Order: sequence, then C-alpha cells, then structure tokens
Amino acid sequence: MTSYPNEKLTVKNLRKSFGDNLVLEDVSLNLMENEFVSLIGASGSGKSTIFNIISGLMLPDKGQVIINGQDYTGRTGRVSYMYQKDLLLPWLKVIDNVSLPLVIRGEDKKKAREKAAGYFETFGLDGFEDKYPFQLSGGMRQRAALLRTYLFSSDIMLLDEPFAALDAITRSYMHYWLLRTLKKLNSSVLFITHDIDEAILLSDRIYILSDRPAKIKEEIEIPLSRPRNKEVTTTELFNDIKKHILEIFAN
Amino acid sequence: MKVKKENSNKLIPLILVLLLVAVWEAVVRGGLVPRFILPSPIDVLKVFVTTIPDMKEHILVTLQEALTGFAIAIIFSLILAMAMDRFPAVKKALYPLLIVSQTIPIIILAPLFILWFGFGMLPKIIVVVLVCFFPIIISLLEGLNSVDLDMINLLKSMGASKAQIFKIVKLPASMVGLFSGLRIAATYSIMGAVIGEWLGGDKGIGFYIVRVKHSFAVDKVFAATLVVIILSMLLFKVITIIQNLSMPWFRYVEQKK
Repeated sequence: MTSYPNEKLTVKNLRKSFGDNLVLEDVSLNLMENEFVSLIGASGSGKSTIFNIISGLMLPDKGQVIINGQDYTGRTGRVSYMYQKDLLLPWLKVIDNVSLPLVIRGEDKKKAREKAAGYFETFGLDGFEDKYPFQLSGGMRQRAALLRTYLFSSDIMLLDEPFAALDAITRSYMHYWLLRTLKKLNSSVLFITHDIDEAILLSDRIYILSDRPAKIKEEIEIPLSRPRNKEVTTTELFNDIKKHILEIFAN
Repeated sequence: MKVKKENSNKLIPLILVLLLVAVWEAVVRGGLVPRFILPSPIDVLKVFVTTIPDMKEHILVTLQEALTGFAIAIIFSLILAMAMDRFPAVKKALYPLLIVSQTIPIIILAPLFILWFGFGMLPKIIVVVLVCFFPIIISLLEGLNSVDLDMINLLKSMGASKAQIFKIVKLPASMVGLFSGLRIAATYSIMGAVIGEWLGGDKGIGFYIVRVKHSFAVDKVFAATLVVIILSMLLFKVITIIQNLSMPWFRYVEQKK
C-alpha cells in the first residue's frame, strides 16, 4: 500500500434532507493525497448529493467539508466535479472547452489554451484541439471532460460515474487508461460508481453506502498491488473482495 | 441516400407550386376569369420584368425600413431578454405586457403612428419593430430557459459568476432558438414595412401597391406582391446563411435530432 502523508479532504457527519425526504443520514469520509477512493451505492442512494455538497453547490443541514484543514462547506470553486454526461459545450472547440475553467478563473484566453494544449497528449486528445465535441468519440469526449476537470482543480477531483454512459469495451479501455494516467497526475480522486468491478480495479479504498437515507455501511481497503492490469481482475484476491462487497449489499 | 432525400424534400413543394401555377394559367387562358380581374402567371412575370425599374426606388425604401426596424428589434430583444433572465421580477412584470402587446391589431396601431410621427419612415420602422420584436424575444427567452441545468451547475462548481454563465453557456445555448425567431421576424419585417406604407406615405412597395391598385392595374399588384415574397425569402435565406456560418456545430446537432 502507498502511504498517505496528507489528508486532502475530510467530510464530517453530513446530513441532508429535501423536505421530508432524508437523503443523507450521517456520512463521514476522507481522502488522502494521491488516493483513489470510490463510493458505491445503489441508484438514488444520495451519492450525487454528497458530491454536490463537497463541491459547494449545496449546503448540508449538518456537517462539514474540510479541505487541507480549512472549512469549505458551501463554497464552490475549490474541487473539480465531473458528471456522467461529458457536458462539453457544443459551440466551443475542444481546446476552448478544456481550458474553460482557466478562463473562468480569469486567465488570459491565449495563455489558458497554451496551458491546456500541453496536456492533450497525456489525455489522448492530440490532434483534436480544433475539433468540435460532436466530432469526438464517446471515450474521447469523456477524456476531454476529465482534462477539463483536471485543469480546474488538479489536486482533488470528484468523478460522478464518468464512464457509465460508455459501451463496455470503451469503458474497459478507459479504466486502464485512467490507471496509467493518474500515476502522472498527482491527483486525489473521489469516484462514484455502482459498478463493483470498476471500483475494485481503480480504488485504494471503497466506501459502501446504505440505501436511503445514506450512511457509510462499510469501508474496505483494496490491497491489490499497483500497477494494476487486466490480470488483476481474475485473481483470487479480486474475487474475494468482490464476493465480500456483494454480501454487504445482499444483507 | 441523404442527398437524394434532401433533393426530394425540395422537389415536392416545387412540383406542387408549378402545378398550382399551371392550373391558374389554364383557368385564365380558358377565359373562365377576365384578365383585368386575374392576370395569368405569365402576364404577371412580364409585368414584373417591365416594372422592376419603376419599383426599384420603392424596394430600396421598404428594405431600409424593414432592416432598420429588424435591427432595432434585435437589439431591443437582446437587452430585454438579458434583463428578464437576470432578474425574475422584471420577467414577471413584463411577460404579460409582451403578450398583451401582441393582441392589439397592427392595423389599428399603424394609422396612429402616422398621426403621431408623420408620413416619413419613422412610423413604418416602429411597425416593423413591433411585429419583429415578439418572435425574437419569445424564442430567445425560451432558448435561455432550455439550457441544461447540469451545464450551469458545472460552471457554478467552477466558481463562475452569473455574467460568465450567461456569456459562456446561456447565450450560446439559446442561439438555436434565437435564429428560428429571427427567421420568422425576417419575413415579418418586410410585411410590417409594407403594412406601414400601405396605410400612409409616399414611398415603398406598400405605397406602390396602393397606387397601382387604385388604377386597377391588377397585374402590377401581383408583380409587386411577387417582390414582397422575394424580399422576404431573401431575408429568410440570409438569416439561415448567417446561422450556418456563425454556428458550424449546429448543422450536426440538427442532423442528430
């Protein structure tokens, strides 16, 4: 296991309800530097609400979001957030879509473009700078969205089922691409999914969420060594972890 | 396959129009209607060619009125739509007024404008603004409302200001709607100018039509009407071309639908 010197993000005792509908009962979790942590839960278990609160779009009824030791509850513009939909703006070229967070932050458009262009190769997008999003494949669009996410905030990224809309082959390709790429990026990632295999393959730790109202049911360390490749998914250890998670959900 | 389909899409209305014109020609030639009441299509075309020099000056006046009014309506709609989008109270206050303004027949307002502003271009331009304004602002407001909320949230999560969200997401997203409003308004603009001229003035296609009608030159009325149709279609086409040039991504989005 990697050692994590710094705690990047701490979420303390989140509670949130919409009207009479209690969505989050008591959710606490943390994310260390360079760590990849997944949240698994059934659809509608409030995963996206947790992300909305961490990104500052929503205020919790109770609880705190602490980033690098500072209270960021209800403040936007600190962590980056990627959705299942790529949400690339159809009227902007890929390079302008990707450099959008820099422009919003007030950087010069030309400089923002130059900065973004430097990452196109790493993200498998070189040669597509001046294309429009509709000219890209589904996998490329998600990679462009991820690059935009990364350029917004490289140290903490929230990824909300980023590969759920892709076909199985592209999704699998994206998993290994992400594993390779994250090594170069120095990012801490909080990842939402309901795909157990995906979570085990990518994560250092997994939080299992209960059904509504959401609580953390269990926290699981994934002791699979890195770098991980296709072979990992057929090992006994992988299967044992999967069996264990399936049992948690069955209860 | 696609080219074939596009061609047949254009061919079907063309065949229908040719068919109707042929029936019209046959009816007049067969002597069912006297020519001074209803000239044949070929008569109209002949007169059209010979009277174009007479109409030229009037065409330019009508175009000037229509384009000026159209431009003012666009600017006006943009400003108002921005205000209505930014401040919900403004929208609540003005939206009903907008609807009511459209229920007053323009044929009642136009003579009043002549009374107030004389026989020059101004009352015509006001009529054009009034008829163009509504389709533009309604389509713009609908466009602004139809923006994907997730996109707005994404920009919010990046810490974007309201003005940035408007400029980067809302305005471009409403362009598709805006252009369909502009196309409608473009054809209305010529019609508005013609109505204004019809009700009072001494220049323009509308004035010309009144004059030739009074001298019972029905063929010239038809020729002038043809001018109105051509001008409207031209403006319509120009708007479409501008749209295709300014939104290269749009054709694809349309195809996908």
